[in-house]
Amino acid sequence: MTIPTSSIEQVIPGQGSMAQPEEAHPTKRKRQRFTFVRNKKAAIGLVIFGVYVLFAIIGPWVAPYDPSARGDDLVQPPSAGHWLGTTHLGQDVFSQILVGTRSVMYVGLLAGVIATALSILVGVTSGYLGGKTDDVLSAFANVILVIPAVPLMIIITSILNNASDTLIALVIGLTSWSWNARVLRAQTLSLRRRDYIEASRATGEKTWRIIGFELLPNLTAVIASGFVGTVIFAVLSEITLAFIGIVSNNGWNWGTILFWAQGQQALAQSAWWWFVPAGLAIAFLGTALSLINFGIDEFVSPRLRSAGKTKLKTASGHTVRMRIGFTPVLSSAAAPTPVQREVAKLP
Amino acid sequence: MRYFLQRIAFYLFTAWAAITLNFFIPRLVPGDPVQSLIAKYRGQLSSEAIQSLYVLFGLDKQESLWQQYLDYWKQIFQGDLGLSFTFFPAPVSQVISQALPWTVLLVGITTIISFLLGTGLGVLAGWRRGSWADGLLPVTTFFSSVPYFWLGIIAIYLLAGPGSFFPSSGGFDSGLVPAWDQYFIPSAIQHSLLPALTILISSVSGWILSMRNMMVTVASEDYITVAHAKGLSERRVAVSYAARNALLPNVSGFALSLGFIVGGTLLVEIVFSYPGLGFTLLQALGAKDYPLMQGIFLVITISVLVANLLADVAYLLLDPRTRKEG
Repeated sequence: MTIPTSSIEQVIPGQGSMAQPEEAHPTKRKRQRFTFVRNKKAAIGLVIFGVYVLFAIIGPWVAPYDPSARGDDLVQPPSAGHWLGTTHLGQDVFSQILVGTRSVMYVGLLAGVIATALSILVGVTSGYLGGKTDDVLSAFANVILVIPAVPLMIIITSILNNASDTLIALVIGLTSWSWNARVLRAQTLSLRRRDYIEASRATGEKTWRIIGFELLPNLTAVIASGFVGTVIFAVLSEITLAFIGIVSNNGWNWGTILFWAQGQQALAQSAWWWFVPAGLAIAFLGTALSLINFGIDEFVSPRLRSAGKTKLKTASGHTVRMRIGFTPVLSSAAAPTPVQREVAKLP
Repeated sequence: MRYFLQRIAFYLFTAWAAITLNFFIPRLVPGDPVQSLIAKYRGQLSSEAIQSLYVLFGLDKQESLWQQYLDYWKQIFQGDLGLSFTFFPAPVSQVISQALPWTVLLVGITTIISFLLGTGLGVLAGWRRGSWADGLLPVTTFFSSVPYFWLGIIAIYLLAGPGSFFPSSGGFDSGLVPAWDQYFIPSAIQHSLLPALTILISSVSGWILSMRNMMVTVASEDYITVAHAKGLSERRVAVSYAARNALLPNVSGFALSLGFIVGGTLLVEIVFSYPGLGFTLLQALGAKDYPLMQGIFLVITISVLVANLLADVAYLLLDPRTRKEG
């Protein structure tokens, strides 16, 4: 349903992941500890995400009404009594969203953990061990990847009548790990040839120790970015399942709200307060997670950061656009002077 | 050529895995679903249909699991996917063949347009960093986090309605009969505009982003500097040198994400009551129509595999390295 938003997850065939994590500089570690948070995108993402986590915990306690309790005001627009209006049964939409946050976050994070664990297991093992194991495991991961996950999830959950949140998280986790496994495998392949891995193998370290203490720490960024991506996907999937009405008997989440809004003709009644807030809640959660992912991305590969002001005047009056990653080359048609001198004069 | 054969073998294997998965899923159903269905339809089911159901659900106790599996394959090769309950007594294959063209046309065309448009914008955004193109990023991030179906709801709310050019549901005017004539085709196109726009807006952002990141990576390669130094025009460097190389990973990414995209687009069909596979799937879900659900899953999987194969062919054409063996 989503396309990975992180460039770490883009794999160049034969070269490993696109964004190569830079090696750590142990001497500077103390000063660099909060670099990640200092990235504006990541910081905004983390703050929004924190708010969601907070409401996942306290949501059911601070909700002004019982989300299922019927009231006398049917399909009322937002007012002081009902901040986000009411449904066809007089239920408070605001309370439904608050209470629903817990289910969404729970499923998203649990599915993310399950999928990440599986992808590390399959990806790192197949990347590091190579040979037959690699062939079998990566073929397996590719098969799971190519089979459309959403229809599969729909069928499985509809057969498991009224599945609980945990079961749904399990189904989502089991069907969505393969992309990350692929990325991790590619990255492991490129890491295992590095000198420090060769060195630890030469000194006789055990395989599990090499994987656990040499490889995994260097895969942290890839794993984190994969985890965040899977959480986005899991949240969208759970809401999708609830929207189709497969899990509607089990408490509230944002998809359930949309399910009732769609089923009770909220559109025909122009009851925008019924379906707009739930969708925005999803969108902001997704945006927050994507921002965290951008943060991880730019942290790992500074080249991807958005460039600031880039137009410069050269001494001879031409404008040059400086671009990160590019070697500036001036066109010689207008400026017959040697290219090198002009470049040297740039501040 | 060897690469191509490998891919075909892989897809055959995947198809086998999907069909086998499809064989085992109904066997997870607790109880005896067939009995409850027979009770529900009170004698309307022919004995043949009942037998086919028993085979489907694996409740044919006289046979071993292996024998059931063979029977299942036999049915599949005959194109027999069982009978649909929702559209009783139509066979599943007939229901699906009516819905499939709608989905293939809507999703297929929109996905390709979205990929081309997104890649094009991504080339721009990656090449002209620090200009207005950077402004695309936050917008696209937001849209890629929105569920497709919610965007569809909003689109209906804002754009469709009585008196509007955009119809809010269906695939064609209710007064028309599906045919290739001058009345039906414009109506079908008019009905598909809004769903297509929804899919386009929510899926294009992913391509922009991935293409931008690939462009940024490729732009620092030496051959780009050389191309600049040779005095080639900016456009030529961007398109023939940078974009062409950045495109390759994007094409393989396209193939692999198809499964995800198709899942999302099915939901758009549901919102718009568009007569494709997604909407049929919703109807099947409501009626617990397991044969139809499974048939749809199978057809979607096979279509995605075929699309993947096509993307592989495209990759083959774009990347000379894969065909050096001739």
